[in-house]
Amino acid sequence: MKHIAIILLLGATPPAFADRVPLPANAPAGYQAECGGCHMAYQPALLSAGDWRRTMAGLKDHFGTDATVDGPAGQEIASFLERNAGNAGKLGSTGEPPRISQTARFVRKHREIPAKYWKDPRIKSAANCEACHRGAADGNYSEHDILIRELRR
Amino acid sequence: MVRTLPALYLLLVSIAAQAETPQRIGETYAAEAAARQAGFTSSAKRGETLFRQRFANNDKMPACTSCHTDSPLNAGQHAVTGKAIRPLAVAANGQRFSDPAKVEKWFGRNCKEVIGRDCTPAEKADFVAYMSEAR
Repeated sequence: MKHIAIILLLGATPPAFADRVPLPANAPAGYQAECGGCHMAYQPALLSAGDWRRTMAGLKDHFGTDATVDGPAGQEIASFLERNAGNAGKLGSTGEPPRISQTARFVRKHREIPAKYWKDPRIKSAANCEACHRGAADGNYSEHDILIRELRR
Repeated sequence: MVRTLPALYLLLVSIAAQAETPQRIGETYAAEAAARQAGFTSSAKRGETLFRQRFANNDKMPACTSCHTDSPLNAGQHAVTGKAIRPLAVAANGQRFSDPAKVEKWFGRNCKEVIGRDCTPAEKADFVAYMSEAR
């Protein structure tokens, strides 16, 4: 009986710990509204502090869009992102402007995805995490939980 | 019952203070437009024309329809990022045009991005009228 309980507990443990990137609970109120309007409100751990600082400093021309966040809300979001940023050593340098999709981690995790999928109208862009990772907004990037069946493992 | 009524009243008042109706938001823009142009009344038909008009400002999103599809009753998709967008029409999405600050923010961003300039109060009033009436 005791063994069964242990087996059940083991079964309930998430299998791929590294694929869980939760949004910190102390995200400022404006984060979802300001940054989650045109794309998913990415978890701060997906980019290094320096890259977030450059991203927030360049919002006037954010990938071709004026995404300026004025006043205290903008500063709150910037410091939230930098405080909770990912490990710069592991993520690597990402160029200008910084892109999550050019971090070493993203590239390594996606290198087996055939090029045609990035052009698929269901996906459209590497910015569209939720097209494949149904739990992305909740920080679940497990390769076992992919919406596009051909890409599931 | 007698004791819960004041509480219920307070609750309703506090909800009313936060949420606006599309009609009220449209009226506010229409009043602003009328101050500039005497006799202005909003028109859903003009709003629809604006919604469908193509502008030569942005290749990736030449019109509202680039992201919001040909029908505001449909869910859309961001033309660049691919993010899903809930329908614009009030009939399909009851949360639309209920928060004046949010409405103003998105007119601000999207008019600049698609048309290349701010929308006028008259355009905003017409647009809200169309989104309120679209069936």
